[in-house]
Amino acid sequence: MRVIIDLIKYLSMNKKLWLLPAILTIIILGGLIVLSQGSVVAPFLYTLF
Amino acid sequence: MSKILGISCFFHDSAAAYIQEGKIVNAFQEERFSRIKHDDAFPKFSILKILEINKLKLNDFDAIVFYEKPFQKFVRLIETYVKNAPKGFTSFKAAIPIWVKEKLYMKKMIYQNLSKIDKIIDKKIFFSEHHLSHAASSFYPSPFTKAAVLVVDGVGEWATTSLWLGENKKIRKLKQINFPDSLGLLYSSFTQYLGFKVNSGEYKLMGLAPYGKPIYKNLIYKKLIKIYDDSSYSLNIKYFDFETGLSMINNKFQNLFGQATRKSDTEKLNKFHADVAASIQQVTEEIYFKILNKLYEDTKCNNLCISGGVALNCVANGKIKQKTKFKNIWIQPASGDAGCSIGAALAFYYKYSANSRKVVPSDSMQGSYLGNEYSEKEIKNILNKVGAVYEEIDGIDNTVKKISKLLAQGNSIGWFQGKMEFGPRALGNRSILADPRNPYMQKKLNLKIKFRESFRPFAPSILEEQVSNYFDYEGQSSYMLMVARVRKELLINKKLKIKDTDIIDQINNIRSKIPAITHIDYSARLHTVSKKTNLIYYKLLEEFFKITGFPILINTSFNIRGEPIVESPHDAFNCFMGTNLDYLVCGNYLLKKSNQKNEINIDYKNKFKLD
Repeated sequence: MRVIIDLIKYLSMNKKLWLLPAILTIIILGGLIVLSQGSVVAPFLYTLF
Repeated sequence: MSKILGISCFFHDSAAAYIQEGKIVNAFQEERFSRIKHDDAFPKFSILKILEINKLKLNDFDAIVFYEKPFQKFVRLIETYVKNAPKGFTSFKAAIPIWVKEKLYMKKMIYQNLSKIDKIIDKKIFFSEHHLSHAASSFYPSPFTKAAVLVVDGVGEWATTSLWLGENKKIRKLKQINFPDSLGLLYSSFTQYLGFKVNSGEYKLMGLAPYGKPIYKNLIYKKLIKIYDDSSYSLNIKYFDFETGLSMINNKFQNLFGQATRKSDTEKLNKFHADVAASIQQVTEEIYFKILNKLYEDTKCNNLCISGGVALNCVANGKIKQKTKFKNIWIQPASGDAGCSIGAALAFYYKYSANSRKVVPSDSMQGSYLGNEYSEKEIKNILNKVGAVYEEIDGIDNTVKKISKLLAQGNSIGWFQGKMEFGPRALGNRSILADPRNPYMQKKLNLKIKFRESFRPFAPSILEEQVSNYFDYEGQSSYMLMVARVRKELLINKKLKIKDTDIIDQINNIRSKIPAITHIDYSARLHTVSKKTNLIYYKLLEEFFKITGFPILINTSFNIRGEPIVESPHDAFNCFMGTNLDYLVCGNYLLKKSNQKNEINIDYKNKFKLD
């Protein structure tokens, strides 16, 4: 929860609140992917991590 | 605000640095302890070493500063996916779970990792912007009160190139270029195309470039990158995959050059690969100088500081004074992300401390000798423990006399002295040394000791007062970040007949009186040695000069390909026994390979993956 509050604060400060719905959807979707995969292995790509 | 710990990790080249009252006390790269090249893990061993050496507890630090801002990076990812949707789902599927599960909770992750080491309160954890960490790592330790600062890397949060002005303790951003337009990512894309590993093989591309001709330069300008009058640039993203895929380049990129990406395990490097390397190297240099000229125009400052991965392109660095109006240049030796641990801590310190900045006339990196040191007693204990057969030499003066003779006789020597270097270069404390006059030495070192590609050049260490007698260069290059040509008087033009397909065999041509350090284009990556920062190594070069008339030694990092540079006498002994090195010197202890017990020999080459 603290992360979500911090994220909202950050988006608000940077005038990017319009991204909030997309971010929340993505976090939920990401959560579902995590649950379906079981473990998370990071592939290495310069720009993603 | 006196004690600050800087941390960089979870991407590559994890590191930790300890700053006290603005002075860099220690800096360590985690790979040196974990023995995993470019290790991205939380720098536990590095932090433990800082605490041990300085007799500190974690709560003694006033602040612990992480080198980038994860939220900004996450928002960049989301914005990129939103912009490109539905394209990019594969990349999304790979990246988002790791963010949702771990990286979004970076503060908690750092806190948990720190808590495993010692008691800590999470209110002490702070975050610094990635490019600010880079900029601070080059400006604050530099010898300049005022300087223009350039940061060029792959990407941080958003910035890929940023221009700054530093004055006393303030550092101000002037301009930035954002992802996906990135000079670093462009160079890395070609690194991948030529079959080298992204994020570690870039220097191989740079070493390959002199073998080719820049015949694809115009094609790169026409199709891949556009440069604007204000020195900004944009990539033609349709040729790249890094925005939405799991690769740097796509099929369009490969079709543009007419050949598929080189398969490093089966495909030999040929003229085509060398020409592509030469082309991107030249384009990179031209853009680099254009940006620098604009920076000079905007700041009218004669002093320049540089950092970021692209700053390790020493070929480009060597030309800055010819191609721009900057008169004094200082480059952070740990220009990659490891150096951000220093920068993050310094940026935080100078923002919140009331103290003024102390500028050290040489610089405040202390020769980059910021790591661990082993006493003679500790070295002896380790050597006894591993069953080494050694000779104890009486004092460092006798050691340098003996070693210089062995070097002049053609022996290759593992040299382990003093404090570990911070950054990717061995600067004479954890080095493999040899005679640069020997025409067979480059091949021997590459193939039998480093077990790496034969085309790779070696760098010379030279007494700093003598550099202009042997190279077209004036001044210092203390951190091996400048390339210059070998002086005309030393050149020899003995060319072998070489087929186009065996372009790499050109390396066997004898090009100068110091062939082992003279690259194919008569250049060398200089390491000038000062008695102020490394007296022992300076004395060794002086002795070698007395015997041979050359104040120069081959200096390559003490490791094999894919292995982190040795940290301890134990690592040094393992590397010595696993390679064809003739001798090992640790402090005043001398080990001869032929005297060692055969059963200690190790299958070393296969222990480390190709980098």
